[in-house]
Amino acid sequence: MANKATIVTDPDPIFGKLTWDSIPFYDPIILTTALVVIMVGAGVVGAILYYGKLRYLWEEWLTSVDHKKIGIMYIIAAFIMLIRGFSDALLMRSQQALAVSDSSGVGYLPPEHYDQIFTAHGVIMIFFVAMPLIVGLMNLVVPLQIGARDVAFPFLNSLSFWLFVVGAMLVNASLFIGEFAATGWLAYPPLSGLEYSPWVGVDYWLWALQISGIGTLLSGVNFFVTIIRMRAPGMTLMKMPVFTWTSLCANVLIILAFPILTVTITLLTLDRYLGTNFFTNDLGGNQMMYVNLIWAWGHPEVYILILPAFGIFSEVTATFSRKRLFGYTSFIWATVCIMVLSFIVWLHHFFTMGAGASVNAFFGIATMVISIPTGVKIFNWLFTMYKGRVKFDSPMWWTCSFLITFTIGGMTGVMLAIPAANFVLHNSLFLVAHFHNVIIGGALFGYFAGLTYWFPKATGFKLNETLGKWAAGLWTVGFFLAFMPLYVLGFMGMTRRLNYYDNPTWNTWLLIAGAGALIILIAICVQFYQVFASIRDRKKNLDVTGDPWGGRTLEWATSSPPPFYNFARTPHVMDRDQFQYLKDHDLAFKQPAEYERIHMPKNTWAGIVIAVLSGIMGFAMVWHIWWLAIVSTAAMIVAFIVYNFQRSKDYYVEVEEIERIENSYFEQLNHIENNDLSNDTNEVSKPGHSLSITA
Amino acid sequence: MTKSTIRILTLLALTINLTGCDYLLFDPKGPVAEEQMNLIIWSFLIMLIVVIPVICMTIWFSYKYRAGNTKAEYKPSWEHSTLIELVVWTVPLIIIIVLGIITYKTSFSLDPRQAIKSSNDTIRIQVVALDWKWLFIYPEQEIATVNELAMPIDTPVEFLITSDTVMNSFFIPQLGSMIYAMAGMENQLHLIAEEKGSYRGLSANYSGFGFSGMKFQAHAKDEAGFNAWVDSVKASNRALSNQQYTDLSVKTKDHPVEYFSEVNPLLFNQIIEKYTGVQNGQ
Repeated sequence: MANKATIVTDPDPIFGKLTWDSIPFYDPIILTTALVVIMVGAGVVGAILYYGKLRYLWEEWLTSVDHKKIGIMYIIAAFIMLIRGFSDALLMRSQQALAVSDSSGVGYLPPEHYDQIFTAHGVIMIFFVAMPLIVGLMNLVVPLQIGARDVAFPFLNSLSFWLFVVGAMLVNASLFIGEFAATGWLAYPPLSGLEYSPWVGVDYWLWALQISGIGTLLSGVNFFVTIIRMRAPGMTLMKMPVFTWTSLCANVLIILAFPILTVTITLLTLDRYLGTNFFTNDLGGNQMMYVNLIWAWGHPEVYILILPAFGIFSEVTATFSRKRLFGYTSFIWATVCIMVLSFIVWLHHFFTMGAGASVNAFFGIATMVISIPTGVKIFNWLFTMYKGRVKFDSPMWWTCSFLITFTIGGMTGVMLAIPAANFVLHNSLFLVAHFHNVIIGGALFGYFAGLTYWFPKATGFKLNETLGKWAAGLWTVGFFLAFMPLYVLGFMGMTRRLNYYDNPTWNTWLLIAGAGALIILIAICVQFYQVFASIRDRKKNLDVTGDPWGGRTLEWATSSPPPFYNFARTPHVMDRDQFQYLKDHDLAFKQPAEYERIHMPKNTWAGIVIAVLSGIMGFAMVWHIWWLAIVSTAAMIVAFIVYNFQRSKDYYVEVEEIERIENSYFEQLNHIENNDLSNDTNEVSKPGHSLSITA
Repeated sequence: MTKSTIRILTLLALTINLTGCDYLLFDPKGPVAEEQMNLIIWSFLIMLIVVIPVICMTIWFSYKYRAGNTKAEYKPSWEHSTLIELVVWTVPLIIIIVLGIITYKTSFSLDPRQAIKSSNDTIRIQVVALDWKWLFIYPEQEIATVNELAMPIDTPVEFLITSDTVMNSFFIPQLGSMIYAMAGMENQLHLIAEEKGSYRGLSANYSGFGFSGMKFQAHAKDEAGFNAWVDSVKASNRALSNQQYTDLSVKTKDHPVEYFSEVNPLLFNQIIEKYTGVQNGQ
């Protein structure tokens, strides 16, 4: 904790700033958490060794370049980080529920700890929950939707994933060794500068974001190239599935925005490590430059999170309405509009800096203009349901909840976009409620819809539907209970990031918000139980056809889980809803007469090894252990060179193996078809189900 | 705005206000905050033109076109309607044009730098954000206070705002706009109080461990009351010398109110020039 941590001014040549004092033995909360984490970690490692799964894990998962496995690992990691980020949320809610007082020292979290918690909450939820969820879904789905065998650069994909994991590990290491930044999630200088934050917290922030940010940037390049270059023949841009389209736009944003983050963080790193003055108060430093730069990345980042979620809702609405997406063309153009506009609105995050009326007016109006294409999308989904046959499986529950929640978030967003109104709403709990409204009610609900929707594709069995609906319902109720009071508190003049407050009338609303957070806690527990129960009962929910929902796009045209090469023969695309087209023309589920051998990338150790070395480098830089930083950087370069000199990076899957895999899939299909004539219980698993709407 | 709309707005504000004066943003004590309240209510009402139909359509469509309702029309390949496209693009467009015009106008009329017209002369208060307290310097009265502010009612106040530490935001919700306090920079904020009373003031931008305690009372007093307050500050007989200021700059939490009967008139400029070097002109 920052107030107790000693500021080491003369680092030891071997251990740098690291001493025994760096470990917060004095804090019972942190110490207990540390012990639990160490015990769980030891348990997991022990179990892996006991069952002799280390080799399997290494060969099949850790070194895998298969986009589907990388996608699954992203999503698992995101859920682990969700536990951490959500624990932070509960700590904040309970502190604020308790902390009515005239002066500090109330509640159970002193500001030195509390301020780290809200910083970590923001950083973790955006960088290590939302980002991996959406990158994981893209990994899982995009190559399948475009009929590709993998991403364009499979090794790079593995490296991206492990760089993200390393970033997440660094953030979590800060909990037990040293402390995390207590600056707010975007670490505005001069507060994040050396003068005002001499502890290592901000350094953890810098290196965690730098490493995972570079991973994200590589992912962006990878998926951009994949979507542009690796689509199945016949899939023109305007025949691309909507999720792929929105992912493409999100990846363009990543490519354009993440370098800004990299540079901004680098400049702050230079300020902190080499004593430069880019953002310091004096000697010509300019804190306003930092705020502009970080939001020039930060605003597109919001759209990186939400655009793919819009894509998910489009796929889900069309599939479950048993209908083509309404207004595909206008939907795509709306997405492109948002993509472009998202780069010219960053200043609305700091109207109160005093830029002047004309600048504020420009950015305010530009922000509002974004709400036009966004509104159009909402109507696209609504008119997709219109004259459809809407089946309310749990992805549709998330979608309907989203439509209502997100519209409210959009409304408060427009209110915040009016500079003159922003002058009283900025940095209030109204703002906090707004961005949670759009990130939870927009992005996160979309990811949950997508996870439920594509879960059978990834694993071969569906998630428990009843529990899924409970989760969606509880999340929605919990969300409204947790965040509507924050809008009210904003009107009451309560600002964000308060450790305590002297106004007892706020307390009631904060207690309601706390109750909402507890309902969300139950919802998350239901989700974890849902995964557990679904794995336990997987035999009941098997998806043997590869098309459990009556899907419309190519990812459903292969088995669940797909063979590692995805498609035995590259599909030729005739229609936007290609798989629906095949089903309509009775061309789906037909085994091709012959196969050709398939060219595939080999797994590689390089991604995980280079990333782990970068993690060591980051840790060494945080603690000023220069020799270790030099050694690990050199090792990274060596590993990269060694990998590049490896001759065999790819191989061919022979026809016999393909035949073996494909035959077993088609046998399974035939078996179902014959059985289902008499037995209609497993209705959704029947191939071509969507053709026969039951009366 | 016509009189009737103002009446509607007041009514609306009153209904929201039923529970008392807890809703600071709906209990404005000056014209700036009042216009901002109206702006919030108006933008909310205008946005409802889209929000209410969307919520109704979500419920209506999902009920009517549920899979179980086989009587409803089903058109699996219907995907385009020029009319619907036209409506869903133009209605939001018109709303945004209206809101855009409002935005443009109010960006100028409520610009914090915009001086407020009044028959009374503007008084000037210099504001310095410190770790973690507010220093208020009254150059005309030659006094200074910490964590307490007083201003005469119906008199425009020009706040000149800077920071001698990290970024903060100076905010008195019931009087209106907030603005950032940044080292080496002077931000301007014009406010006016029209009612006597004590209003909450605070920092709205997180500034470190003592941030939650960076609050103060802003007293709006009539002229006599203000003069009496100035006299009481003067009676404190403590000068804010450079040494005193250095002591004051030390990090403290929940800092008590302090009065200084004398202050170096150049102190505010010196605080800015500490970071920028001596500037020409101003």
